[in-house]
Amino acid sequence: MSDIILETRNLTKHYGGVHALQDANFTLRKGEHVAIMGDNGAGKSTFVRQITGVEQPTRGEIHFDGKPVQFAGPLDAREAGIEAVFQNLALADDLDVSDNLFLGREKTKFDWLGPFRFLDYKAMRNDTIAALEKTAVKIPNIRNTIQNMSGGQRQCVAIARTATFHSKLTIMDEPTAALGVQETAQVENIIRTLKEQGEPLILISHNMRQVMDLVDRIVVFRRGRICANLRKEETDGQDVVAYITGAKTQPEYEVAEAL
Amino acid sequence: MAETTQGTGGLKYDSSKRSWPNEFNIFIALVIIVAIFELLGQVLPYMNGQSFLFDTNDRFDSIFNEARLQIIILQVAIIGIISLGVTQVIISGGIDLSSGPLVAATAMIVMSFAQTELVNGNPNPKAVFGPWAFDLPVLVPIIVGLAFGAFIGAINGSLIAFTRIPPFIATLGMFLICRGIAQWWTRGQPVSFPTESYAALGAGMMPVVWFVLLAILCHVLLRYTVYGKHTYAIGSNEDAARMSGINVKRHKVMVYMIASMLAAFAAIVLSSKNLTAQSGMGLFYELYAIAMAVIGGVSLTGGRGSIIGTVLGAMVFGVIQSGFTYVKLDAYFQIMAMGAIIIGAVVLDKWRQQRSSMRI
Repeated sequence: MSDIILETRNLTKHYGGVHALQDANFTLRKGEHVAIMGDNGAGKSTFVRQITGVEQPTRGEIHFDGKPVQFAGPLDAREAGIEAVFQNLALADDLDVSDNLFLGREKTKFDWLGPFRFLDYKAMRNDTIAALEKTAVKIPNIRNTIQNMSGGQRQCVAIARTATFHSKLTIMDEPTAALGVQETAQVENIIRTLKEQGEPLILISHNMRQVMDLVDRIVVFRRGRICANLRKEETDGQDVVAYITGAKTQPEYEVAEAL
Repeated sequence: MAETTQGTGGLKYDSSKRSWPNEFNIFIALVIIVAIFELLGQVLPYMNGQSFLFDTNDRFDSIFNEARLQIIILQVAIIGIISLGVTQVIISGGIDLSSGPLVAATAMIVMSFAQTELVNGNPNPKAVFGPWAFDLPVLVPIIVGLAFGAFIGAINGSLIAFTRIPPFIATLGMFLICRGIAQWWTRGQPVSFPTESYAALGAGMMPVVWFVLLAILCHVLLRYTVYGKHTYAIGSNEDAARMSGINVKRHKVMVYMIASMLAAFAAIVLSSKNLTAQSGMGLFYELYAIAMAVIGGVSLTGGRGSIIGTVLGAMVFGVIQSGFTYVKLDAYFQIMAMGAIIIGAVVLDKWRQQRSSMRI
């Protein structure tokens, strides 16, 4: 029990009449890398938005690190230790690498000044370098603004946030969707580094080769429900596609389909 | 370890990879503009070889024409104070059109709390309130002015943050409201005869002192505090700022409040300097303040710019204005030329952005 980092019970989200997510029961163990797959609109992103606090679920429970949690916002989830790398990256183009890494939780001095408290640039730069080294990310100059960086470097900066804040769970929503071959390889290397360091990860991806390469387990979403939970060793690409398209459903998830 | 094809090298601060600071370009532009006017003075036949920058008639101790330099900085100081606030608003991705009329409204209100009882032994002919409002300590008008500025800024900011109407519309509405307040306050009558201590606030070179002090303060705020970092972040990518846990709405209200308080302070300095307040003051100030910021490299799309840039932009603005007078350009043409320069600055900013986005 204690090695479960994240568990959701009957997690449900309705947008008005649209049942975007229905009774999702999901568990993730410490050190485990799990991929979430599914067609567009299958509920993957909705699921992620619930566990990262971007939205509040209609129904259901989230247990994180052994405790039931309710996140009022993304910052809550982040403080609890869930770090998400979103599709749109959430980086500010005109700020440099360490500014982006620490955006919203800057290291400060003279805290009695309230909103006008001073930034501790030196501490933040040092931590940034340490984080980039930990993830083996290569960035030519951390004082460059993000604007002049390649898509891969931007992605690396977003991922380096995870390492900086010693998060307990990393979630990546299609981290390589917009990247070239080399940059994709770079991001995949970072994911492997996280695996070696025993950091749990939820990866949302459409890329079958990548998923088969990187994760231990694949959870398939279809029409707002989980329809399969597959160990990588016991499945293959064709099998997963069959679950995604609806040709197959695992027996234990059948009930839901009948409704 | 993972395959270390990526390596961890190259993390050091590499000065050769650092981009050329934008402020330097503006400084060079300033030097070039001064040189052009200097040249025009030598070339144009009706100028009789007068110098723009240098003291050719030996009127001053230094080699520079100090009178002209003084006029230039004095002219830009008050609008410069406004543009310090406008800079912050534009960096946060907004715009503030209400600052000119706000100067008029604030000046009218503030001046009526700064009047003396007796003018040359006679009762003050322009008294707005009864005897209780005469000869109040100088802090009273200052606090009233800053509070009024903060109030207007809070309305601007709240409208923009909570109703999500475009900043252009919100502050354009406030533009008219403030001009209305300025005219309604005394039914169009000017308010004059301030106390001595109030008149001292804007006397002599005091506007320049205020401008420099406030510029340093704003520079520190933007560059070294959480407030500044979040202002840049919101202007650069509002969604990212929100997702990072920044309270974007509250921050916007704060930015507009600070901007309006700076405009209100400019009104105090201006009315003190002129010893009077009129409902028509501050004409075009909002546009000139925006122009100073834009000439100084503040990007109208938000996220980029600096106080140093804006101060240099203000200097460029002052030099151009003074230079036009120096080459005896007709006042009507001066306004037209100013408009053309503002358009030119925005076009330049657009080009800069396109060039930097192509580098990706």
